[in-house]
Amino acid sequence: MKKHALKPLWVALTVIALVLLARYVMVPKDFGVNGRNFTYGFHRQSAINDWLVVPVKYKGKESCNECHDDKYAENLESRHRLLECENCHGPALEHPENPERLVIDLSRDLCLRCHSKLDYPNSPRGALPGIDPAEHNAGLACSECHNPHRPDLEDM
Amino acid sequence: MSFSRRKFLVTSLKGAIGAALPISAFRLLSPAEARAVVGDASRRWVFLVDTTKCVGCGLCVKACKKENEVPYDAPVTRTWVERYVVTRDGQTHIDSPNGARDGFTDPRIDDQEIPAEEITKAFFVPKLCNQCENPACVQVCPVGATFQTRDGVVLVDRNWCIGCGYCIMACPYGVRFFHPVYKVAEKCTFCYHRISKGLESACVQACPFEARRMGDLRNMEDPVTQIIMNERIAVLKDEYGTKPQVFYIGLDARVR
Ligand code: HEC
Ligand code: HEC
Ligand code: HEC
Ligand code: HEC
Repeated sequence: MKKHALKPLWVALTVIALVLLARYVMVPKDFGVNGRNFTYGFHRQSAINDWLVVPVKYKGKESCNECHDDKYAENLESRHRLLECENCHGPALEHPENPERLVIDLSRDLCLRCHSKLDYPNSPRGALPGIDPAEHNAGLACSECHNPHRPDLEDM
Repeated sequence: MSFSRRKFLVTSLKGAIGAALPISAFRLLSPAEARAVVGDASRRWVFLVDTTKCVGCGLCVKACKKENEVPYDAPVTRTWVERYVVTRDGQTHIDSPNGARDGFTDPRIDDQEIPAEEITKAFFVPKLCNQCENPACVQVCPVGATFQTRDGVVLVDRNWCIGCGYCIMACPYGVRFFHPVYKVAEKCTFCYHRISKGLESACVQACPFEARRMGDLRNMEDPVTQIIMNERIAVLKDEYGTKPQVFYIGLDARVR
């Protein structure tokens, strides 16, 4: 066979080799079938780690007990014992180092999430103690009268 | 034309090398790698939503956004709560203002008054990624930037995602969105960073009423697994065949 007839073949092979080389250099070494199978598990193994190191921001109610034991104890024996402190005060993050204090949200909307009266039969929302925000002491912060940590009416 | 034995051998050898080159693009797995691929899936995270307990306070949505650094005021969220109000005339009124980030405080739906005596039933339905056993979103990813971990959670590789949006279109549940800051596909991770440390996910911890729970389907002692095995449960959009792993108690036929 004549040599020049093979030239396109060499060009094609070189291009293939270059593509393979580029692929080898650019694709991370931990890329591969790291899960159940190729369809669902083809990925960078270290991508899992990227998610594992996301900082935990909500620390949970127990963690507050160490320093705010008065609030904690008061809250635990109240009708609000099911509520997480961070539901109202926001994520603890690195509190008390950073931030030094957590948010104190005095807005009525915070309480209305649960206590705005919705007359729903067969729904636990209808069964929660509810008020009509337009009627019930409009304009005043709820915590003016109710203790948010221990709202039990018999203690008022 | 004469064809010597020598020439025949040389030509065959060249042909073999040429054919082998593209095949070298495939990788042979070592036995250890192969075992890792088959995996010892000793855990399978599942989620249980009890719609009969949800009051629509939206504290799960708030906690999720803050825990997972989803921009708080952007109209995107990894989880949300829908309200369904069914009236005597057979109509279903549905809304989810801001994904219920601030809960449901207004009895009106889309500015429409609904008199209490007209309501036959009403309920709240929390929604989140179903972490499907056969996730359609993973199948369509052209670059391997989204995948399923061995314990069943679908994650996005933010460094590898090219933001093409195929996965967002492929998800039958509409749980994926474009992250406004990272400019990549974003979705619920079941709080992978928390559950892997033995903590509850942010939404589960935030829920005062145990409407949201999580468990391990491989552990028969797990209370959530017990409920999934022994009680009457349902999943969303079963007909898509993706095998969703978020199970619902008290799911109404009106929920889509
Ligand atoms: C290691 C001790 C410590 C822990 C744990 C802790 N706090 Fe604090 N917290 C403090 C200190 C110290 C202050 C500042 C008090 C001050 O200056 O009056 C503070 C302030 C606050 C404030 C603001 C009080 C104000 O008057 O402005 C809130 C709200 C609060 N903490 C809530 C919480 C919650 C909720 C948790 C649990 C998630 C928690 N804290 C955990 C030590 C702690
Ligand atoms: C239902 C919402 C809610 C929950 C749940 C809640 N708080 Fe509060 N907290 C408030 C509000 C509102 C105030 C402001 C009260 C005021 O100024 O009258 C406050 C004030 C505080 C303060 C500072 C003010 C003070 O009186 O010293 C601390 C500390 C605090 N909370 C800790 C906690 C801890 C710890 C928990 C969990 C055991 C908790 N809170 C749970 C709503 C809440
Ligand atoms: C001026 C004081 C005051 C303010 C402000 C106030 N309340 Fe009340 N609230 C009361 C009193 C007194 C009662 C008990 C008597 C009653 O049922 O009206 C009460 C009762 C309640 C009840 C129990 C209703 C029932 O039927 O069991 C809830 C829930 C409640 N309030 C929530 C709130 C919320 C939420 C806010 C803020 C949006 C708020 N309150 C603001 C004084 C106040
Ligand atoms: C996550 C939902 C939720 C939020 C937010 C919430 N509460 Fe409550 N609240 C409850 C539950 C649950 C009860 C107890 C109902 C029961 O025991 O039947 C309750 C009970 C009450 C009661 C009535 C107690 C009684 O003795 O009948 C008052 C008053 C109250 N809360 C005030 C507040 C105030 C003020 C705020 C805002 C600082 C607030 N709540 C925020 C869920 C909530």
